Amino acid sequence: MTAMFGEPIARLEDDRLLRGNGAYLDDLGHDALAAAFVRSPHAHARVLGVDVADALDVDGLVAIYTYEDLPGRIAEPLPLLIPHPALTHGRTGYPLASDEVNYVGEPVVMVIARDRYLAEDAAERIMVDYEPLPAVVGVDAALAAEHLVHPDVPGNVAGHLVQSNGDAAAAIAAAPRTLELHLYIERSASTPLEGRGVLARWDTESRRLRIWTSTQTSTGVRAAVAAKLELDLADVDVITPDVGGGFGVKIVHPWPEEVLVPWAARLLRQPVKFTEDRIEHFVASAHERGQRHQVRVGFDDDGRLLGLDVRFWHDNGAYIPYGLIVPIITSTQLLGPYKPGAYRVEFSSLYTNTVIVTPYRGAGRPQGVFVMERTMDAIAAALGLDRTVVRERNFIQPDEMPYDQGLIFQDGRPLIYDSGDYPAVLARLKALAGWDGFEAERAAAAEQGRRLGIGLACYVEGTGVGPYEGAHVVVETSGKVKVATGLTTQGQGHQTVFAQIVADELGVPIGDIEVVTGDTRAFGYAVGTFASRAAVMSGSAVALAARAARAKAIRVAAAALEASPDDLEITGGIVQIKGDPESGIAIGTVAVLSNPLRYAFDEAAQAATQFAGGDIGKPPVADGDEPGIEGREYFSPLRSTFASGMHAVVVETDPLTAEIRIVRYCVVHDCGRLINPRIVEGQIHGGVAQGVGGALYERMAYDETGQLQNASFMDFLMPYVSEVPAGIEIDHLETPSPLNPLGIKGAGEAGVIPGAAVFAAAIEDAEGIAITSMPISPSDLFELRLSRRGDRAV
Amino acid sequence: MLASTGPDGKVLAGGQSLVPLLNMRLATPEHIVDINRLTELAYVSVADGQVMIGALARHAQVLADPVVAAAQPLIAQALRLVAHPVIRNRGTTVGSIVHADPSGEMTAVLALLGGTVLLASTGGERSVSAEDFFLGPLESDVRPDELATQVSLPVLGARAGCAFAEVSRRNGDYAVCGVAAMVELDGGGGISRARAAYLSVAGTPLIADLTEACGAGAGADLAAAGRLAMARVSPGSDIHATAAYRRHLAGVLTERALAGALAHAKGRSDG
Repeated sequence: MTAMFGEPIARLEDDRLLRGNGAYLDDLGHDALAAAFVRSPHAHARVLGVDVADALDVDGLVAIYTYEDLPGRIAEPLPLLIPHPALTHGRTGYPLASDEVNYVGEPVVMVIARDRYLAEDAAERIMVDYEPLPAVVGVDAALAAEHLVHPDVPGNVAGHLVQSNGDAAAAIAAAPRTLELHLYIERSASTPLEGRGVLARWDTESRRLRIWTSTQTSTGVRAAVAAKLELDLADVDVITPDVGGGFGVKIVHPWPEEVLVPWAARLLRQPVKFTEDRIEHFVASAHERGQRHQVRVGFDDDGRLLGLDVRFWHDNGAYIPYGLIVPIITSTQLLGPYKPGAYRVEFSSLYTNTVIVTPYRGAGRPQGVFVMERTMDAIAAALGLDRTVVRERNFIQPDEMPYDQGLIFQDGRPLIYDSGDYPAVLARLKALAGWDGFEAERAAAAEQGRRLGIGLACYVEGTGVGPYEGAHVVVETSGKVKVATGLTTQGQGHQTVFAQIVADELGVPIGDIEVVTGDTRAFGYAVGTFASRAAVMSGSAVALAARAARAKAIRVAAAALEASPDDLEITGGIVQIKGDPESGIAIGTVAVLSNPLRYAFDEAAQAATQFAGGDIGKPPVADGDEPGIEGREYFSPLRSTFASGMHAVVVETDPLTAEIRIVRYCVVHDCGRLINPRIVEGQIHGGVAQGVGGALYERMAYDETGQLQNASFMDFLMPYVSEVPAGIEIDHLETPSPLNPLGIKGAGEAGVIPGAAVFAAAIEDAEGIAITSMPISPSDLFELRLSRRGDRAV
Repeated sequence: MLASTGPDGKVLAGGQSLVPLLNMRLATPEHIVDINRLTELAYVSVADGQVMIGALARHAQVLADPVVAAAQPLIAQALRLVAHPVIRNRGTTVGSIVHADPSGEMTAVLALLGGTVLLASTGGERSVSAEDFFLGPLESDVRPDELATQVSLPVLGARAGCAFAEVSRRNGDYAVCGVAAMVELDGGGGISRARAAYLSVAGTPLIADLTEACGAGAGADLAAAGRLAMARVSPGSDIHATAAYRRHLAGVLTERALAGALAHAKGRSDG
């Protein structure tokens, strides 16, 4: 049988999803009541009162809830999910605003009605009396702290963290050359195709709560909602239906709606559903990326880093439920594939009166890579060196692995790179992108009046963070194999890759394998899908569970065949003496044999009853053994595993209109062993698309009062397929990870990480204008040309 | 029906402007008058020097019509820039003109060509010229009891050419700035008339006569026309572009559109 691991097989889930047979949150619960929310129109205001009188006669209205109606723990602030000693002033919002609102879109009143139209009709008639307060918008206003978001948080500083490795100040002072850079990245957002949504049913007979939610962590939602509603975990099921993308925003939990909807369903004894609409998603979920950086770097005349000192300010929005994860990732992953010499990084995470900030695919890395790669390009420019040469001189070398950066990573563990070969990745990228031949290409284009530029950017990405995931594999008597893992899926192709792993480990046809994810009924212990961890964590657990099931099947079959377990193999779903198909018994039959029965219900079961034979001198189930062919295993690695990659882009900038066109986009990627190259490439394509969006199109256009001016897909410019490079050229390097049984590293986020850095480099190269702020639009480029040249650009 | 609903009624044709407004609760009419079964209005025809587009003709239908393309090429040049295929399959050309969006390509076409809109009510029909039709941003001269049944656009003259040039942030988006240009040649290959319509730089489609700026004779001074355009437009700044950038584009795109129109006219004259 051909090994499935490493094969670019088509995704098993696509037939269902592409034919429209998926079932997303809003496809469920047609009998449910609908929830709609009155949300704050002010970025910062005191809530003086809520008048619902006008809404009460709306046909179909069921209930209206304000903060005053919330009981017990529901009336307390939402959990601060990831505490950290540096997060000295963590603040989270209430499910419904109590006496203050801190961003436009914050929920104030929940309306339940027969359907969403009626709920919105009622919501529109509810009058909330606000006393507006000065709004803090943007990282600069937060830092200036002329006004405070939370009166008890001085300087708007939620948290402040310093990490260092060596004496950066002394190293920079002693360096022959130094540079200082000021860099800025604006906000963007995950913007999945499907917004958030939650459906809840309270079963009055069994007194159980069942929740379907569009989340990246069903176990997280279960724990949080159970705590808020004061229920035992065993009385709450959380199921993720098909989820139309997450990209980070759905790892945050519980959202106000995820607490309020189940609470209302239990209170009303009727199913209740909330489906977020697009405008709500823009103003009431989460954004990311907004940071301002100040860099001082010392280096020698060859471009080698001697000392690096980075200070940055991170805009975390109105509340900080997800803690300091994003800026911690920025501060550590900024170093990329380089040895920085002495390093010091200091950041402040600042409150603003805007939507909260939580990890978005890349999770702080795009900013860090932008900062490091801009610094590398600046050093190259200062020394007149090729940009790839400066990078090569600073790379960690393969023989230096594992490499300890001397910092603490986001998982609280040392930042130690497990493996990687950065010089090899760069060599491949230069070949793929035609780096060495580019000057000739540029000159030829210039002859035709065309202006080209090339840029590159390198990154290292900590993936597969802990603490753990688990998996359960069970062989049915039919020979079908059921696989369950607790983390969730949002369209990545987990069913396919987990089935590939099981097919090889267990020796069964891939068509006989069914995978369930994100359903607490099927597997109750799990962390969630984020940080490019599903393949590493659940993939490893699935492999271990399949190995356990295989060992059991071999042991049971060995007894039946009176053979030594060492002489058996499983292939094509048949357990047989190695090389002897005649000897085989189907793995489903082995499952029958493993479960001694008193009652027969079909022909297969007859073979397993207590009268079917066996050694009467032994108990039917041996001491310490269990019936069934099953494996349940957990995987908990020592540390994260570090993937890497490098991107190059050639852009053409229009000398007159300042439009920016992508000529070609090249990716070399190393995520260890590839389970399914086609799925990895799909992940890269999607990531690059979001990278293009973040670099050239997307921004959150807040005005000074905190109103988001582009809360729609008409004005928030997510790139269309026509804006994304048609042919992304990809090459892979496979440096196995020593930290997991499959040698794999995460691949989900990589594609987006170098986006801002690589486009800034290419546009700078085309234009000869320093690019220090991203994203950049044609209008921005036009204004830069004007300010640098003082006249109309030609 | 519109006579009875008055200002509380809204006409639904392709729904590409009205339905989003309803979705976002920006419009809450009491009544929707759905004209989609008036299939007799789904026509495109050319007669008596006019292209006539009925109220239910979808953009895609107009764009695909070879007779229209031959009679007035500017229509297809513009429609290719109107949104995306899915929107063009539902949206109607007349509807987009009635919507009077100053960023709409077809509003500029109506203005540049000096077309007319036919409005019907229980009181009869009236025909309104382009210059009187657009009252302001998203405001046209259609009264609540009237239905715009047809738009008429004159066919392209024998020695004339046209072109559309625009810059949009993404493919199919509303233009940051757009220029529709038309030139007519004299017998000697020089420009006898040059006009352009501008998108997204004023509250209503802005028309500029560039004939003098281009100059007489074969060596047309398109750069001068571009400079004139920059002086004529009065764009604003928004989250997508500064006013200075839009003004700059008006100049660049004027040159490009005029050059395209000139080449088009010469090609047609030669052919």
